[in-house]
Amino acid sequence: MAYLELEGVAKQFGAQTVVDDFSLAVGKGEFISFLGPSGCGKTTTLQMIAGFLDPTRGAIRLEGKDLTAIHPAKRGLGIVFQSYALFPHMTAAENVAFGLEMRNVPRGERTERVRAALAMVGLAGYEERHPRRMSGGQQQRVALARALVIKPSVLLLDEPLSNLDAKLREEMQIELRQIQRTIGTTTVLVTHDQNEAMSLSDRIVVMSQGRIEQIGTPQETYEKPASAFVSQFLGKTNDFAATIDRTSAPARLIAGSWSAPAPAGRSGPVTISIRPERIDFGDAGLSAKIVTRIFQGNHWLFQCDSECGPATVIRQNDGRSQPVEGEAIHLTWRPEDMGVRGVA
Amino acid sequence: MSASAEERNARTPWALTAPALMLFVGVLLIPLAMTVMLSFHDWGQYKGIEPVFILKNWHEIVTDPYYAEMFGRTFRIAILTTLLTAVLGAPEAYILNRMGGRWKSVFLLVILGPLLISVVARTLGWALLFGGNNGLVNKLLMSAGLIRAPIPFMFTETGMVIALAHVMMPFMVLSVWAALQRLDPQIENAAMSLGAGPVTIIRRIIMPQIMPGVLSGAIIVFSLSASAFATPAIIGGRRLKVAATLAYDEFLNTLDWPLGAAVATLLLAALVLIVVGSNALIERRYAEVFR
Ligand SMILES: Nc1ncnc2c1ncn2[C@@H]1O[C@H](COP(=O)(O)OP(=O)(O)OP(=O)(O)O)[C@@H](O)[C@H]1O
Ligand SMILES: [Mg+2]
Repeated sequence: MAYLELEGVAKQFGAQTVVDDFSLAVGKGEFISFLGPSGCGKTTTLQMIAGFLDPTRGAIRLEGKDLTAIHPAKRGLGIVFQSYALFPHMTAAENVAFGLEMRNVPRGERTERVRAALAMVGLAGYEERHPRRMSGGQQQRVALARALVIKPSVLLLDEPLSNLDAKLREEMQIELRQIQRTIGTTTVLVTHDQNEAMSLSDRIVVMSQGRIEQIGTPQETYEKPASAFVSQFLGKTNDFAATIDRTSAPARLIAGSWSAPAPAGRSGPVTISIRPERIDFGDAGLSAKIVTRIFQGNHWLFQCDSECGPATVIRQNDGRSQPVEGEAIHLTWRPEDMGVRGVA
Repeated sequence: MSASAEERNARTPWALTAPALMLFVGVLLIPLAMTVMLSFHDWGQYKGIEPVFILKNWHEIVTDPYYAEMFGRTFRIAILTTLLTAVLGAPEAYILNRMGGRWKSVFLLVILGPLLISVVARTLGWALLFGGNNGLVNKLLMSAGLIRAPIPFMFTETGMVIALAHVMMPFMVLSVWAALQRLDPQIENAAMSLGAGPVTIIRRIIMPQIMPGVLSGAIIVFSLSASAFATPAIIGGRRLKVAATLAYDEFLNTLDWPLGAAVATLLLAALVLIVVGSNALIERRYAEVFR
């Protein structure tokens, strides 16, 4: 049975529908990410789970119980805010202890749990520091410790890493994942960074304009995007116009001078999408010319001008010689690496 | 770079601030110094001011209990006014801060209102409302049978405190409001998610963070109330003098300028001491919140 369940949740501000028909079942211990561009309703959805906003329609359940009937202070969820929202007049230890105090945890146990929580996020020895005297990364850890120390049933994270620089963000991602694995807290992360969503989550909910575009594992959403939006949003992709010709036997899918046996189902004009790293240079296939070639250490990035429009190709730097700029080449790929969609 | 150019560079800041500095020295420091000097001069009914150096005025102020009473009243009124504005102004600012766009501007205008009206007109308004048997409020309360005799307002310290608190309120509200603006907008949600109820949130999370705002507002209100002139003059009149009206009377009625100067200097010195002292205390106490 689902642990945390959202069913047909919608939120309207006045006439504007910000979240619509949002249904999701989160398993116990699962790490879920809400991924989508700015303004697509991620925070709004998270705040409805937290209870700071009431859904206009739909139900939110935790272990089968209606969560919307419970006051936010009584939901027992751990929340890390984008701005951290630490209490600036309290030390790190006092910040972390606050939730325990509210739960009337006896002093001795409190001190012990605060110490353990701060140690877990790598802040042992920082107990007496005030938040304003800490770096962004350290504040972020205090916020995480403060949310985790109350042993929340669900941990909600609203872009917790977006204020950190790239290197620190990567470190914190690894740490966050490790901590979550160790204590097994069900976690919902809001982010607009696809790499973050991919590297952290068990499943990703891709959102656009208040609606769910796709729910799936990072691999599924990356390799089998359910819509043009998902394929565009999750990393670079090449979309080519193609046609499925069922008049010939056997039926074929044709994109320029590249063709393959047609998949079952559709016919007529379609859009195919192929990830840049799945395209190879071959003797036959889509004819193209290399426009630019960029060396990026472990791989080469090619911008090509093909029969079907611009194409991006990524090749591993495996030591073999690569085509140069201006060279005429052919692009090929395995039919199973390509996604086929109807024309939108 | 040549030596003269360097010299010129070093002088530039002085040259640029010279006009403002001259104004500052000319209209503030010199008159102040002259007032302090004046307080050591002698004065007689018939001989007028004598530019000598004596401690007569200071001796009189220190020994005569009349002056102790004046200063005691001044600071009592200032303290009560400060407390009243803090107790009413801090919640007012908090509520104002939570209001939606249009209502917020309407009520901000209401709060700033007293500052836009001449102190004389405003205080006279208070007098019309509460003054004597003919005061509107007293009449209403009496006709409603709530009170038998009119509540005294004119020539009372209570009246002065109320009228002063009214005009000082904007300073407190704005000061607390500025502190509220610096709060993290999610801070109340954060506390709530940790299990805190509304009272706990205000007491443990909001109050400590806006305390510096309350205290700096209190310093402004206190120093302005202690040196206020118009409100005490109209409500207290001759019967209930405070330091500022006392100095005024010495200058313009008794014509004993040196004694008036001594009163004014003492008021100034006391205020500077109190303000600087409490400011230092506040900054040390709230170093973390101020950053
Ligand atoms: N209180 C509100 N009143 C009216 N509209 C709102 C309110 N809060 C959010 N919105 C609107 O709802 C939409 C979704 O907002 P939300 O904060 O959920 O986006 P988000 O996906 O979290 O974006 P971001 O990545 O920028 O944080 C936005 O268009 C926003 O303008
Ligand atoms: Mg957001």
